[in-house]
Amino acid sequence: MERFEYAHASTRQEAISLLGSSWDDAAVLAGGTDLISLMKEYVVTPKRVVDIKNVEGLNGIHSNAEGVTIGALVTMDELLEDKTIRSEFPALAHAAQGITSAQIRAMGTVGGDLCQRPRCWYFRNGYGLLAKDENGKSLVPEGENRYHAILGNNGPAYFVNPSSLAPALIALGAKLQLAGPKGQREVSAPDFFIIPKSDSERENVLRPNEMLASIVIPASSRGLRSATYEVRHKTALDWPLAAAAVTVKLEGGKVTEGRIVLGHVAPIPWQAKEADKELTGKSINESVAASAAEAALSRAKPLSQNGYKVKLAKVAVKRALLAAAKGEA
Amino acid sequence: MADYHWPPTDKCSLIGRRISRLDGPWKSAGRIKYSYDVNRPNMLHGKMVFSPYAHAKVVSIDTSAAEKMPGVKAVEIMTEPGKEVFWVGHEVAAVAAETEEQARDAARRIQVRYEKLPHLVSDVAPSKAGEHTKQLAEQTDGNPDQALQQAEVISEGEYGASVITHCCLEAHGQVAEWDGDDLTLYASTQNVSGIPGEIAKANIVSSADKVRVLTPVMGGGFGSKFGADSWGLACARLAKKAGRPIKMMLERDQELMAAGERPSMYAKVKVGAKKDGTLVGWQSESWGTGGPDAQGGAPNLPYVVRIPDRRVKHTAVLTNIGPARAWRAPNHPQMCVITMSALDDLAAKLGMDPVDLLQKNIQMTGQLAKTYSAELEKASQLMDWKSKWHPRGDKTSGPIKKGLGVSMHTWGGAGHPSNCNCVIQPDGSVSVSLGSQDLGTGTRTVIGIITAETMGLPLEAVKVNIGDSKYPADGASGGSTTVGGVSSSTRRAATAALNQLLEKVAPSLDAKPDDLEAVDGEIRVKGNPSKAIFWKQACAKLGTTPITGTGQRQRGNDDLLSSGVGGAQMAEVSVDTETGIVHVDKLVAVQDCGLIIDLKTAESQVYGACIMGITYSLFEEKIMDEQTGRCLNADLEFYKLAGIGDFGDIVVHMMTGPGYDERGVIGLGEPPVISPGAAISNAVANAIGVRVPTLPLTPDKVFAALETKGAVA
Ligand SMILES: Cc1cc2nc3c(=O)[nH]c(=O)nc-3n(C[C@H](O)[C@H](O)[C@H](O)COP(=O)(O)OP(=O)(O)OC[C@H]3O[C@@H](n4cnc5c(N)ncnc54)[C@H](O)[C@@H]3O)c2cc1C
Repeated sequence: MERFEYAHASTRQEAISLLGSSWDDAAVLAGGTDLISLMKEYVVTPKRVVDIKNVEGLNGIHSNAEGVTIGALVTMDELLEDKTIRSEFPALAHAAQGITSAQIRAMGTVGGDLCQRPRCWYFRNGYGLLAKDENGKSLVPEGENRYHAILGNNGPAYFVNPSSLAPALIALGAKLQLAGPKGQREVSAPDFFIIPKSDSERENVLRPNEMLASIVIPASSRGLRSATYEVRHKTALDWPLAAAAVTVKLEGGKVTEGRIVLGHVAPIPWQAKEADKELTGKSINESVAASAAEAALSRAKPLSQNGYKVKLAKVAVKRALLAAAKGEA
Repeated sequence: MADYHWPPTDKCSLIGRRISRLDGPWKSAGRIKYSYDVNRPNMLHGKMVFSPYAHAKVVSIDTSAAEKMPGVKAVEIMTEPGKEVFWVGHEVAAVAAETEEQARDAARRIQVRYEKLPHLVSDVAPSKAGEHTKQLAEQTDGNPDQALQQAEVISEGEYGASVITHCCLEAHGQVAEWDGDDLTLYASTQNVSGIPGEIAKANIVSSADKVRVLTPVMGGGFGSKFGADSWGLACARLAKKAGRPIKMMLERDQELMAAGERPSMYAKVKVGAKKDGTLVGWQSESWGTGGPDAQGGAPNLPYVVRIPDRRVKHTAVLTNIGPARAWRAPNHPQMCVITMSALDDLAAKLGMDPVDLLQKNIQMTGQLAKTYSAELEKASQLMDWKSKWHPRGDKTSGPIKKGLGVSMHTWGGAGHPSNCNCVIQPDGSVSVSLGSQDLGTGTRTVIGIITAETMGLPLEAVKVNIGDSKYPADGASGGSTTVGGVSSSTRRAATAALNQLLEKVAPSLDAKPDDLEAVDGEIRVKGNPSKAIFWKQACAKLGTTPITGTGQRQRGNDDLLSSGVGGAQMAEVSVDTETGIVHVDKLVAVQDCGLIIDLKTAESQVYGACIMGITYSLFEEKIMDEQTGRCLNADLEFYKLAGIGDFGDIVVHMMTGPGYDERGVIGLGEPPVISPGAAISNAVANAIGVRVPTLPLTPDKVFAALETKGAVA
């Protein structure tokens, strides 16, 4: 680990003022479950680390007429312990449950989960976010890409967004509140994530002097049925190979509005809009779920080793839809 | 006099019972120190610099910047300029500093210039390996062409297993501490008695007796920790230069890159049989990679079932993936998955239950035929094979397909050279000392049990001294040779010591030493329990001089020991054909190993082996990137190991009683890890109706198999 300065903020303003104008200046430290390993591996080397654990107003889950607000510092465990989340937003609870390490659930925060860096092994081995060789060519297409993207992979990014919570939050129509020097701005969850075009860009719209403050799930999402299904090779301590979060609004057994968001298949959480339409007006059964799954992956373009992920993503969509329709927890 | 032969098992009070390991409580309470835990006063920390290239020549090394870093006390070059490095992770230099962090930072400041050389790291067939191949063996027995021509059924297939690593819980490494010219090494090693000689050979000490190796416990080796290793030598040299103790343990990524791997093995197989299942001919062309120098050698195929007419050929592919090291039963798991998969496919073609096919040809297994046959029967019963088995392809509806698979394996397990001293003190205390080591297998406990049994004392009355090179020399713990070696030397030493005591005591009991026995904490006249003296009183007769008995494992045939075991395993799996994910629901392991000293630690070996077996069957793979020459999953995140939820039910049965016990002690560490790959692969084929050719059985391969062969569902 390179030497760094440790700063401890107690207010938002203080935290923001301690952040810098470039990513090398400073990094936000929440639970540290990702940041510390990135620093130990010299993948990121911020000059200063700004600990936000004690910043006021970033904690807790609060409901009001507008919706449910989740502070960026809420841990996975707190998310899972919350009755509202468990009973009203099963897709989010499923996703948090899927993070199958007690230590990470205890320390890892919702904000950290959304902002965590990709697990792409070229990135983690020091080849940069876009995994390039010394001539600037991406190592992924002809390399070991069994866990890489099958969608949104026209380059130059081939990694998958690692967040398990993001697809569920997007399906639930969440908005993210970002705190910066000029106060707060709000972006819809899908707009938060971007596909970087260069190694110096990030995977989201945060600027170096901003931080994620909270996440709001609108009240209108309270009546939705939802579920997340993740395909994992191991039963625990393993990343999903593919995942899908779905929400459906049912009237008289028929879907009036459905949303399907895929995880771990693209550099961003992937909204399968072409599949959403497939659901409208139908009641969900095996064949409707299967055709929605087909539609969701219709644009998939697997790399040399990851064709299997297309199938897995389809299964995830199908199983998530069937679970949501049944109201299974 | 007491006889050194093993007592009949029904006369034993400790041998053959289920006894908890002696060091269990110390380990669980964290009271016993692994090498990793050793902290000496004033100790420094060492870190190494590794090659980032899979093949390169070191041009120059500049350590000046590193030497100026805070806390740095010594620097050591491990690969001199002009020499080559052969894998990413090959050690080049090392540095010692006050803290681990300082050492790590300083290591990054050592500037090494390399001249890159061409590499190959992909696990490819010889045809794609260019000049990186070496033919290791070609052999023909009988007339395989004719045999295969006359066969009524032929099955052909390609099978294999990937390169994996050892993943010892405790990393490689040691603490080195000098006292004048004397060196103490707290080393995580499988070879306590052998390391001093290696250090002397490297001219680090003037003679081997200047080195003391201490390994009271160690966190697993599996064949990867026989040597002092370059980092052991470097650590000793750094400690000398710095004049302070140094701890240098490998980090997890270095473990995976540079501390050894199990070679891969693949084969194209053609096997033929008569319609009744009698095997008639075998032909295989195999290959695999064991690093840059073809370590690992050629397999002896077919495995266990010795089909008389055969032609085999093996080619090694030379790659820059790291050094091959013995991995728990070297070559056997690979030979097993190749052979048992081929036989299973043949059984499917014959329309036969694979257990029947194995039983039909059981005579081809040679001397152990009866054992195998009994083990298959026992395993079938424990698996409920007859009622659960179905022909290839689970025809029930739904995506989850269930299946069963079987496999058999063998191993030698003859005891290695071993020496033991047993001391009886006048106060009645008993200790045994051997320069052996307990890798976590239960060696310490087994030694204690044998000593206590011999003396007629409770286990707690015996002190076991191992893990110190000052004790009588013992062999390296590899090849399942330890339990045999130490059992013989301990039994002989304890008997020799006891006999001296019996001689001392005999007059006071008015008996001849030959008429005495040591049981239940007493020395008594055989057949006349009332004529007895308590153990302590007996020892008091020694006056002030303790007794020492010595024992040595006999060269060649030792009548306390034997070798050659067989085992049978059966797996039951569920395959989700929509996700390609395999779950092992149940694994039955039936194993013989002669006379069992401690049933509990023996069973533990088998449980552990089954877990390791499930892990390499489903998950493990050292993933190499040809472009960068690197291992991309040098971590325990994407180098996947099974967790509790992945094991399913493991059922262990040890073959004991007449026919087994009287063979004497035979090693056990290796055999049970051999069959899981084949049994699980066969179960998957039985479930989904097609063969997934190679391990690990990952979802992508399951899908590929389902697609290319167009199977059920
Ligand atoms: C073995 C293992 C398995 C895992 N499996 C999963 C899984 O299946 N699914 C999954 O989703 N995750 C998984 N994780 C990742 C884990 O969920 C994340 O590490 C965790 O959520 C990060 O939260 P944190 O609070 O510790 O973040 P930190 O490590 O503190 O921060 C992570 C990153 O986000 C930034 N950051 C954190 N908070 C903010 C904020 N409020 N504003 C701006 N930037 C911020 C940091 O600067 C840093 O770059 C796994 C991790 C491990 C080690």
